[in-house]
Amino acid sequence: MSMTGVLRPGHVQIRVMDMGEALTHYKERLGLQETDRDASGRVYLKGWDERDWFSVVLREADEPGMDFMAFKVDSVDTLRRLEGRVREFGCNVETIPAGELNHCGERVRFDSPTGHTFELYAEKDYKGTQMGLLNPDPWHEECLKGMQAQRFDHCLLYGDDLDGTIKLFTEVLGFKEAEQVYDGDLQIGTFLTCGMKAHDLAVIRHTEKNKFHHASFLLGSWEDVLRAADIIGRYKMSLDIGPTRHGITRGRTIYFFDPSGNRNEVFAGDYTYYPDYEPITWTADELGGAIFYHNQTLNERFLTVVT
Amino acid sequence: MTMFEIHIDSLQQSFSASSEQTLLSGMESLGKRGIPVGCRGGGCGVCKVRIDKGRYRCKKMSRAHVSAEEESQGYVLACRCMALSDIQLTVVGQMKKAVFGTQD
Ligand code: FES
Repeated sequence: MSMTGVLRPGHVQIRVMDMGEALTHYKERLGLQETDRDASGRVYLKGWDERDWFSVVLREADEPGMDFMAFKVDSVDTLRRLEGRVREFGCNVETIPAGELNHCGERVRFDSPTGHTFELYAEKDYKGTQMGLLNPDPWHEECLKGMQAQRFDHCLLYGDDLDGTIKLFTEVLGFKEAEQVYDGDLQIGTFLTCGMKAHDLAVIRHTEKNKFHHASFLLGSWEDVLRAADIIGRYKMSLDIGPTRHGITRGRTIYFFDPSGNRNEVFAGDYTYYPDYEPITWTADELGGAIFYHNQTLNERFLTVVT
Repeated sequence: MTMFEIHIDSLQQSFSASSEQTLLSGMESLGKRGIPVGCRGGGCGVCKVRIDKGRYRCKKMSRAHVSAEEESQGYVLACRCMALSDIQLTVVGQMKKAVFGTQD
């Protein structure tokens, strides 16, 4: 639910090195549904409980990583207003015409101080779910594939000018910091929300610009997180860490890599964030438990491996 | 399936890997160490090695971490590289320290 005009994370475009392998991963293992392909070879996917046409776009390229992450806004008026504001902030802004991504209206693309590319858009075609909108069942059999990812939830990104990106998202786009991480006086992490989830975007301070840590997808329960772990074992997928719990956001989680080395998370459960809440603060001396609550220790691969 | 001997020169460490598995998975499945393990998908670059001796084949590797020129000089990502003979290699990649967690 939006308090700011920005509704939610809308889509992420991820680069993969082999489309065939990537589709096995994202469709058969995560359980996303393919909804379209375009002339340039991109493949469009969505979670079984998502209503808009797509939330993940895969593009074949010779290096993995994230091309851009987009947020849906509540109207074309909001889109115009926020376009002006990101311009004023000093971002490089480009408008991408409707239809450049199939089924998506005009997108306003801008860069962030951490070097990432973000987009805003107001319109995307309605695709719907298998259950429909009239007297729906809670789920249909077609939804029960692989890990049964319900929807795209958030991204975690790494970049250098963390303070600048926080300013852009809070002061210009109306996001709130639900949680923040400090090492002394230096802020090293932010968990930003545009609605009532604990995070819609997380950013960690890092030496290089424009790095992608993971894209995250929502599951229904802790039991589903454990079943995701079974699927990772069964298909010898590349496990990063988990199943475990985060201190930050309280998410119950497991991390793994797609066949091109991009990290994915599937998780269940956080808490409801209301916009009058003060941020939760974590300090560097308690970082082990902030990240992995059960074993209370930091994990080098989780902290440093990015695409 | 043929097994080959993989030798990490600087560490005096050896392990065997089959022609069907990557050098990194050969190392990991035997519980050995020496090459840093990241994404295991050719994307993050931490498992970068230089093959000093031996024949091998590679699946696609991120160009952000192995340029065409490096590839021609024997630099590979160990998670994408399969041995065709015994191999001697040097570890090049490392885990980069993020600002996050630097106090340790
Ligand atoms: S482990 Fe990431 S490139 Fe090999």
